[in-house]
Formats: sequence, C-alpha cells, structure tokens
Amino acid sequence: MLQTFTVYVEDKPGVLNRVASSFRRRGFNIESLAVGHTHKPGISRMTIVVEADGFTARTIEANLYKMVNVLLVENITYDDKVIRELALIKVRTSPENRLEIFQTVEVYRSKIVDVTTESVMVEVTGPTAKIDSLVEVFEPYGIIEMVRTGVIGMGRGPYAPTISPEFVEAVVPEEAVAK
Amino acid sequence: MTKTGAQVIWEVLAKEGVEIVFGYPGGAVLPTYDALLDSSIHHVRVRHEQGAAHMADGYARASGRVGVAMATSGPGATNLVTGIATAMMDSSPIVCITGQVNSGVIGTDAFQETDLTGVTLPITKHNYLVTSADELGPVLREAFYVARSGRPGPVLVDITKDAQNGKTEWVWDDRPVRLPGYQPDLRALPEEYQRAAELINNARCPVILAGQGVIMSGAMDILREFVDMTNIPVAETLLGIGGLPASHPLNLGMMGMHGEVWVNNAIQEADLLLAFGMRFDDRVTGTLSTYAPNAAKIHIDIDPSEINKVVRVDVGIVGDLRETLEILMPAIERGDRNGWVDHILEQKSEAAERDIVGQPEGGQLYAAHVINDLWKYTNGEALIVTDVGQHQMWTAQYYRPDKPRHLITSGGLGTMGFGLPASIGAKMACPDEEVWLIVGDGGFQMTASELATCRQEGVKVNIALINNGYLGMVRQWQEFFYDRRYAGTPNVNPDFVKLVEAHGLTGLRCTERGQAESLIQQARETEGTVLIEFQVVQEDNVYPMVPAGAKLNVMIRRPEPNPELASEV
Repeated sequence: MLQTFTVYVEDKPGVLNRVASSFRRRGFNIESLAVGHTHKPGISRMTIVVEADGFTARTIEANLYKMVNVLLVENITYDDKVIRELALIKVRTSPENRLEIFQTVEVYRSKIVDVTTESVMVEVTGPTAKIDSLVEVFEPYGIIEMVRTGVIGMGRGPYAPTISPEFVEAVVPEEAVAK
Repeated sequence: MTKTGAQVIWEVLAKEGVEIVFGYPGGAVLPTYDALLDSSIHHVRVRHEQGAAHMADGYARASGRVGVAMATSGPGATNLVTGIATAMMDSSPIVCITGQVNSGVIGTDAFQETDLTGVTLPITKHNYLVTSADELGPVLREAFYVARSGRPGPVLVDITKDAQNGKTEWVWDDRPVRLPGYQPDLRALPEEYQRAAELINNARCPVILAGQGVIMSGAMDILREFVDMTNIPVAETLLGIGGLPASHPLNLGMMGMHGEVWVNNAIQEADLLLAFGMRFDDRVTGTLSTYAPNAAKIHIDIDPSEINKVVRVDVGIVGDLRETLEILMPAIERGDRNGWVDHILEQKSEAAERDIVGQPEGGQLYAAHVINDLWKYTNGEALIVTDVGQHQMWTAQYYRPDKPRHLITSGGLGTMGFGLPASIGAKMACPDEEVWLIVGDGGFQMTASELATCRQEGVKVNIALINNGYLGMVRQWQEFFYDRRYAGTPNVNPDFVKLVEAHGLTGLRCTERGQAESLIQQARETEGTVLIEFQVVQEDNVYPMVPAGAKLNVMIRRPEPNPELASEV
C-alpha cells in the first residue's frame, strides 16, 4: 500500500540527494516527493509517498532516521490528515466545447489561470483522486500538457509532530541558510 | 588566534587524540601537508591510498579509537573508496580527509576533480564538503563524533584547497557536539525488556548469536556473566569472534556458511535466538525461508534500521548492547539448560581437533595445520589479521582467541588486499601486541606494495603467507559448482621470499609441517617484518560448507580421509 512520510530535514546542500540516494540504494520506489521550506529558518519539510508494506515502511523510517541531516520522520499514513496536490492542466478547447469545460472547472472547484483561442490552463488542488478524476474528464478534449507537484500532507488538529527540544532550538549555521 | 585551515586540521586532529595519520600527498592537499611539518602527529606515507584507508581501519579495529586516512583529490580520493566501503560494512570508525580542488572551479571538471562526497555518499556514515576555513574546526569535530558514536562508521571530509589556505579565527570549542538530527542512542520501551526477559526465562533451547556489537560496546564481561548465569550457548559471527573467550565451555565457535555443523544445528533446533549486536548477514543465515524455523527471536542492536531488516523478530531492542544487557540482567532468571547444552556438545565432541589430526601428512602441508600450529606456538595470544578467502575461514575455525579485538578481518565487504595494510595499522595501534597476518597468495599481491611501508616504518608484522597457487576460495566454488573449470583462478606467483628480501625484510619458506614450529619461532625472534611462505596443498577446501540456497544445517561435509567426520551428525 501507499505509505506517506513527513520528513523534517536540515536545509543544507545535498540533503535531497542523501534522502533520494537512500531510497534508491535500498530499492524503495518513490511515488511522489515534495520538498519546501518550513516556517523555521534552516529547516525544510518533505512529504514522501512510497509503495511499501508495513515492515518495509518501518525500515524506510529507520533508514531516514539514521541520516545526520534528517531531524524527524513521521509515518502519517494512518493518521487523521489533510493530503493535497496541485496540478496545472492545459486542455485543448474549441468554441463548441469551451463552455462545457468552464462548467467542469466550476464543478471541480478549480480555476482557469490562462486562456487562448485554442486552450485553457486549469489550476486544481485536492487529494490525488480528485486530480486523477479531473484528468480523466479532460482526456477526451485533449490534454496538451500537465504538471503535478506531488502530494503534501499535514495531520489535523492543533498539533505539530512531536519534536524534541533539541529540534526546536536546532542550531543552523548561517552559511548553511545562505546557500 | 588567526590560523590557516591547514593548521586547524592538524590541531583538531591532535585535540581528538590522533597520533598517527596514514596518507599520501598530492596537489589539492599540499597546504595541509605543508602544515604537517609543524604538527607532532606522525604521518605514515603509504604506497597506495587504499592501503591508507585499510591501515586506518586496522588501527581502529585493534584499538577502538578513530583511525585517520588522508589523500589528495581525484585519483587519490577514489583510491580510498574500497577502504571506505570496507569500513562501512564492518562499522569501523575512520575519518578520511581528502583535498579537493578550489571551490571556485568545483563543477568545471578541473584537473584531479572528482565529486567525492557524491561518490562516497552510500558508503559513508556521513560526509562533508568544506569550502571555507571557518567551517573546518566544527566540521572535523562533528566528523570524529559521528564516526565513533552510535553504530560507528567511516566519515569523509572533503576540503577544498582554498579552505586549507584560508585564514580563520579558531579556538578549540570543547562543548559537546550538537547535531539535532543525530540520535545515536535510542532507548527501548520497558515493555520490550519485559517481553525479552519472559522469552529468555521460558526458553529451553536458546542460542545467543554474538556479533561485533559485543566487542564494540564493550559488553564482553556482561555477556560472560549472562552466559554463566543462564547457561545459554553462544555462536559467534566472524566479526564477533573474541567477544566471549574461545576457551569458554559454552562458546560454540563461528556459525554460518563455514561454521561447524553442531553450531548450525543448534541454531536450527533452537526455540529462541538472542541476536546480540549482529545483523543476520546472508553468510550467517543461509536460506532465510528455512532459517531457525522454531525459534522466537530477540534482536538487540544499536542501529534501528537493522531490526526486522532481513529476519523478522519477536522483540527488537535498539540500544548499546552493554547498557541494554545491564538493564535486562536483573529480570533474567538463573537457568539450567544442561540437557540442551549436552545435546549440542555431544555433536561437537572433538571434531575440530580430529579434523586437524585426521588429515594425512605424507610430507604435505595443510593450511589448517599451519594455522593450528600458529595458534599453538603463539599461545593463542597473537593479534591476528587476515585477508579474505580460504585462509580467513580456516583462521576463524582454528585460531581461537580468548581476547576481543584479536581477530581483525574484512567481514561484510570481503575485501581482498585488506590484510597487509590492516595489519600495519593494527601493529601501529598496539605496538606491544604480537601481530600475525594470515594471508593468501592472491590477496597478498593486491596490496603487497605496502611491504615498503613496513620497511619505512620499521614495523614488525609477522606474515604467514598461505600459498596454494590459486585464488583458493573461488577455486573451491569452481570445484563444487562449476565442474572444476578453473577460470582465472590459478596464480602465477613471484618468488615471495625474494620479494620481501627486495624490500629489505626477512623471508622464510616452509614446505613441510616439521619445519613450522622452528620457522614460527624464528619469525617471532627476528627484528622487523618477517614473511613465512607456507607452500600448502593446492586443491584443499574449507569444510563444512553451506552451499547457496541450502538450509543452514545441510552442509557439505569433510570428505575422506576423515571417515569419522563424514558420519558427523
């Protein structure tokens, strides 16, 4: 089944490479990986989705933890959470079907962000299944191109992942942030 | 005080307690070598950088301290790679310092530029690229801390030439290293200990699988206490040899592919396996689907990623083995498992001795005889270093040390060429020990250039060269599984005695068993490195052996002329 991990890492050069290399070396296949800054300077957050059974998921977690630059790993697969993905989809249009496409965009609570005489670009966010579904609906009109961010996830409720005091006051050298 | 990066390197090394660095200079590491002349640290100029990494490794394994290797960028650094991978597989704490081209030209394919942090990413515990002198002090301290703490391992610090030349205000900061993402000690939950204790107390046929973790965590005494109290027999991994004295009545010896039959039988029949600081290598388990089918399993290891990696366990405890056993001990009941122990020892009887005695001499020399004699005439007290192959397995079977850190060998990676440089490192770490290198004619030639280093350093390593004219272990597989088609395994060898003599060292030759004792004594008494070439039977095999894909206790037995062994259980 698909396992979703939240991984906090130090924002240093090569850290993404270390994480990706570890997955490659142990033969774990990444379905999706998204990375970006957090509100804490010098700390990035990754959401990684992997196809794995429970035992393998545990191994993945332990291998991530071993890395010096990895601050925290949480398997949020079974948690109450919000999972989102963003996609931009460019669809071929004609005067005949343009209205129909606009209506579909409405139904999916997505947005038109670019229009030409022959195409529209749609911005859609939501769980993976919703985006898959919209792609399916657009398929007959002709999809010119598409890009997806990969999923990001966060647990519900007024909590962040349990983090050690060490982590909260993590000392991040300035030069590392500058890079 | 203002210092150059190069000066900072040597000062940090000195503060970290480094006395010896094994290395080879070159363009990108010139500033650091220039500053070496003002340092009190002894530098050993090796003949090939692979030798430097293995020496640092041998030094670390013999002493428990961090070994240090140094090389220049590009080819110098890539030559370290085999040594780094060897240290990684066997969790040996070494720090490798490499020069790198100026930071301004990184990425331009400059002369002798190699992306070494990229190359070594999967074979180091951690690595660093340092591009400014200001980072050097903190990074090097971190490197030593990471290398020696938790599950030890190699750490590489790649330092650009401008970082070595750069000026920095540096003061030694002796506050503890703070690495927020690095948690080498993870304590297990009390429930886990309780479950472990229950399993142990109720087990009737348990076996302890003792790995290198016993030695690395210094758990020798408490393991012995545990064993004496519970009367649980111990099987050792190759790197675990020495964790419990070989002469201890409950020490069964090495398990696995070339373990003795009674050891593997015990594991297959056990109702509980206690894996202490070992990682269920495939050479230890045989086919996983049939491994110890009736046994519950308790796994204690400092590395959480080892728990349930290949063998599913009932209880996994992550932590330092010594500390863990200290916590566990009070909950363990004294045990009487005499029936079980007798059952195993009955199979053992005198089989190992008989094997030695049973082989007909007829003027020929057997490697097993040589190693057993060496054990006898050194009173089992020598610090043994081996290379990789048949001689390595015979050493594990017939040289039975009572002390930890007295068998140094490349286990996980199986690196031929490891032996000679590692023995130099071991001797330099422990100058008072009698160091013997047991090495094959194949592996010896991979790093024989380090004989010059022996001469240069005046170091005394006794070398028992087991010359069978083949890459013996590969030849054995070809004999068993490839219909005796000896592709690429026969050796055309130099005259080894002349070779060592050309290096200004002493060479001796032994062709029959009667000469062994006096030659071994002569080697011990001669100053400087001495090599004895033992010309042994060419097509001899390591028995018993678990063939690939077989159940652990379905082994290829010793053939005639050992009839009583062929009928061994």
